[in-house]
Amino acid sequence: MSNAHPVPFRAILRHVLLIAGAALMLAPFIWMISTASKPQTEIFSSELHLIPHRFALAENLREAFAKANLLRFLLNGVIVTVSIFVLQVMVALPAAYALAKLRFLGRETLFALVLFGILIPPQATAIPVFLLLHKIGLLDSYAALVLPFTISVFGIFLMRQFFKTVPDDLVDAARMDGISEFGIVWRVMLPAAIPAVTAFGIFSVVAHWNDYFWPLIVLNSEHLRTPPLAVAHFRNNEAGTSYGPLMAAAMVIIAPLVIAFLFAQRRFIEGITLTGIK
Amino acid sequence: MAQIELSAISKSFDGADVLKGIDFRIGDGEFISLVGPSGCGKSTLLRIIAGLEPQDSGEVHIDGRPVDGIRPSARNLAMVFQSYALYPHLSTFDNIAVPLRMRRLSAIERLPLLGALLPSRRAKERHIRADIEGIAEQLDITPLLRRKPGQLSGGQRQRVAVGRAMVREPRAFLFDEPLSNLDAKLRVHMRAELAELHRRLKATFVYVTHDQAEAMTMSSRIAVMMGGELIQAGTPAEIYNEPGDIRVAEFIGSPKINILPGRIRKDGGVDVLGTTLKLTCNAAAGDCRIGIRPERIELGTGPFSGTVVHLENLGAEAFVHLAVEGTGSRLIARLADVRHLPAMASLVAFGFAPDAVRLFDPAGKRIELRAEQAERIREPAHV
Repeated sequence: MSNAHPVPFRAILRHVLLIAGAALMLAPFIWMISTASKPQTEIFSSELHLIPHRFALAENLREAFAKANLLRFLLNGVIVTVSIFVLQVMVALPAAYALAKLRFLGRETLFALVLFGILIPPQATAIPVFLLLHKIGLLDSYAALVLPFTISVFGIFLMRQFFKTVPDDLVDAARMDGISEFGIVWRVMLPAAIPAVTAFGIFSVVAHWNDYFWPLIVLNSEHLRTPPLAVAHFRNNEAGTSYGPLMAAAMVIIAPLVIAFLFAQRRFIEGITLTGIK
Repeated sequence: MAQIELSAISKSFDGADVLKGIDFRIGDGEFISLVGPSGCGKSTLLRIIAGLEPQDSGEVHIDGRPVDGIRPSARNLAMVFQSYALYPHLSTFDNIAVPLRMRRLSAIERLPLLGALLPSRRAKERHIRADIEGIAEQLDITPLLRRKPGQLSGGQRQRVAVGRAMVREPRAFLFDEPLSNLDAKLRVHMRAELAELHRRLKATFVYVTHDQAEAMTMSSRIAVMMGGELIQAGTPAEIYNEPGDIRVAEFIGSPKINILPGRIRKDGGVDVLGTTLKLTCNAAAGDCRIGIRPERIELGTGPFSGTVVHLENLGAEAFVHLAVEGTGSRLIARLADVRHLPAMASLVAFGFAPDAVRLFDPAGKRIELRAEQAERIREPAHV
């Protein structure tokens, strides 16, 4: 009867493929959780098993928190990502408003430059920015982590595209009501653009929470470390790598993002479909 | 309230002239409709009055004072937009409160959290609340004050937008096609409501529309704009009966005025469709065009005849489409009595009174008839 019902077969194939893909994506996470739950002896044993014989997650966590000031690193992560996001919004929204709604000479050229800016990878400008921060003596500080990212061309582009969809009448009505141009950005455009700001916030926070490259370059002091740096530091400890606490720390560090994702799952998907990237 | 005076207003976008020297005076308390096809510059003119768009040249005076270069809000005009332009994140109450808060509260009092703690703000908020409640009562939107614009119907949003305009007691109201997003029934209803509002407020209304019915039914004066020029201004009756330009004649009135090709003879007589009309004019000999309103065409008798090609029976009236014998012309006649409709494809005689005729030269300008022409073109109907 397979001729009469070709659809179930294809549906099964589809799901097998999807499950295989999901398993592939989840495997490192599952391995991380598994390793974080194993005692040292089991991690190095040659036999392969996911479920630990002796459950050692609590031990590993305790050791992770004892070895490094994880809470401090999490706090650093929050300070840095939130500062970056707030400053990005403060720059991107007025810029996007001007590019979307104001008429001035050279607007199209400016917008073309913004698009061009998206094409430049951050690694390409890393050395000049590093030297600049060195000259003004800001290396090894929160400012070094935050300042280079305050102007997000992607953010400007994203918000500009969204502002284009806000009717001009609304802006004109605000002008008739006596709201200033900056007032229009914060009182009219921002509330209308909350979905876009949320989407941008997700990208920004995820990118900078997970950023390993830049903090590694500009930081020396331990107390300023961001979460990914902190995890990496477990490896280079003089006593050799202790994988159990390392994986436990990694779990702790990705937890805020996972929890945030679970809470804002719908927004997250909306955001990705809104921007049409990634 | 306010007088608005426009002198030699010109505006062009990207080299295209949108307004070509508009001179117009809007009297205190008038209901002026700016009417014309889309792209005629009427909305641009309104936006120039509002201050949302700077003119390239010319001056706008409000109450005798030039307002050029003055910010829109400082001109103290209120505007109602086609899309209503309500702030989607604010409730009806807060939407109406925006212009009051912007004017009455200081910048510190407007701060989101801190401002609410100031005692001076609380006193002002009480006044604002009272004003808004008064307006809401007048417009019958009190039950809607807590709702967001997304939860309102088109007509309700329209009222809220009018409320936001009224609450600041502006010198004049500007309307930019405010009814075009409503369905036909509601539009007729809101037409009456707006006219009633104008009578009550006795304020100056400037109303932009492409719908000649709105202009005809509400305004005290109509200004017809075409291609960036103001071609005629006058009361609705004047514009309808005495159009100065063939474009005005064609734009105002539904169904459209009938236009027939004609010829002016050397003696001033006019020939149309092979018949000489019993009227004369002073224009030079040559081609001309003749306009006759559908309701002025009399079916049944007359020197002309045409075949019925289409019938539109609206119940209270009917429109008969005729293909005129021997020419390519079509015309529409209005029949008040729908019980005696001609049959489809039948040949019908028709005529019209000389005073129904509006003559236009080839350029479209009106040609005046000689005054003594009053007798009817056709023989009296034989009963």
